[in-house]
Amino acid sequence: MLNISIKAEPIFELFGFPITNAFLTSLVVLLILFVGSRYYDQQIKSRKKSQLFYFIHLLLTESYTLFKGILRENTDVLFPLVGAFFFFILLQNWFGLLPGVGSLLVRGQHNTELIPFFRGASADLNTTLALGLVSVVAMQYYGVRFLGWSGYLKKYFNFSNPINFFLGILEIISEISRVLSFSFRLFGNVFAGEVLLLVIAFLIPILVSFPFFMMEIFVGFVQALVFSMLTAVFLSMAVAKHHG
Amino acid sequence: MDAAAMKNLAAGLAIGIGALGPGIGIGLIGAKAAEALGRNPEAESAVRTTTILALAFAEAIAIYALVVALVLKFT
Repeated sequence: MLNISIKAEPIFELFGFPITNAFLTSLVVLLILFVGSRYYDQQIKSRKKSQLFYFIHLLLTESYTLFKGILRENTDVLFPLVGAFFFFILLQNWFGLLPGVGSLLVRGQHNTELIPFFRGASADLNTTLALGLVSVVAMQYYGVRFLGWSGYLKKYFNFSNPINFFLGILEIISEISRVLSFSFRLFGNVFAGEVLLLVIAFLIPILVSFPFFMMEIFVGFVQALVFSMLTAVFLSMAVAKHHG
Repeated sequence: MDAAAMKNLAAGLAIGIGALGPGIGIGLIGAKAAEALGRNPEAESAVRTTTILALAFAEAIAIYALVVALVLKFT
């Protein structure tokens, strides 16, 4: 029967800190990204470059020009953040579609039931909540850095007239709701995709899953793009000078 | 009606009603995107980016309903 759990299950504990299967997956993705970036860094200095280097280089330059359209003159400062978001989320979403993720089972820490060893990391609300929090905190950080404390605080506490004061309160609420919408959008899309794939596989076991896998690959890409694009748009709004 | 049946009914209603609004919204976005392309075919890449972003916003609302339905069903 279908076994769907909405939260990630802890596999073992490390110093009282539960290690969940989603956390393991994001560790693997982090390792892949780390090795990839070390490789790129080492290749860019060597005289003879491999084909893989040019592939990574193409991806980086393409995404750089894409974000340059939004971030404009601040691209060099802000691209590391949004680019990292894009590639991390993209790899996470696609890693969740690999065979073995969700189907390799191990005994849980209390030896009670079988739980999957890997779980798509974006299909865990904790991961996406962390990503959303990083994104929103970065908006505040760059807001202070580009506008200074006075310019930053004036956006939220404006006493020039009652309407502006009320707008400042709304601005605070919208910042908080951004965390929720960021995290729920990513979590919902990826988790819904996993449930959809599972249900389809139970309805018709052969061949029919294939177009849905294609769609999930596309959804994974679009969600990574949307997350990083929205972060870029909000960041460029946060660092823009206000007129009037 | 017992609690489990009520829960299933609530999950169905949550996603059923929650998908109505985003459905209308995605239809409107697609219609306007096609209209914009018809008027101005050379702006295809700009229209596509904006459309996908707007679609993701509209879709996110359906996804909230879906998350609520899934939480109701599987917890």
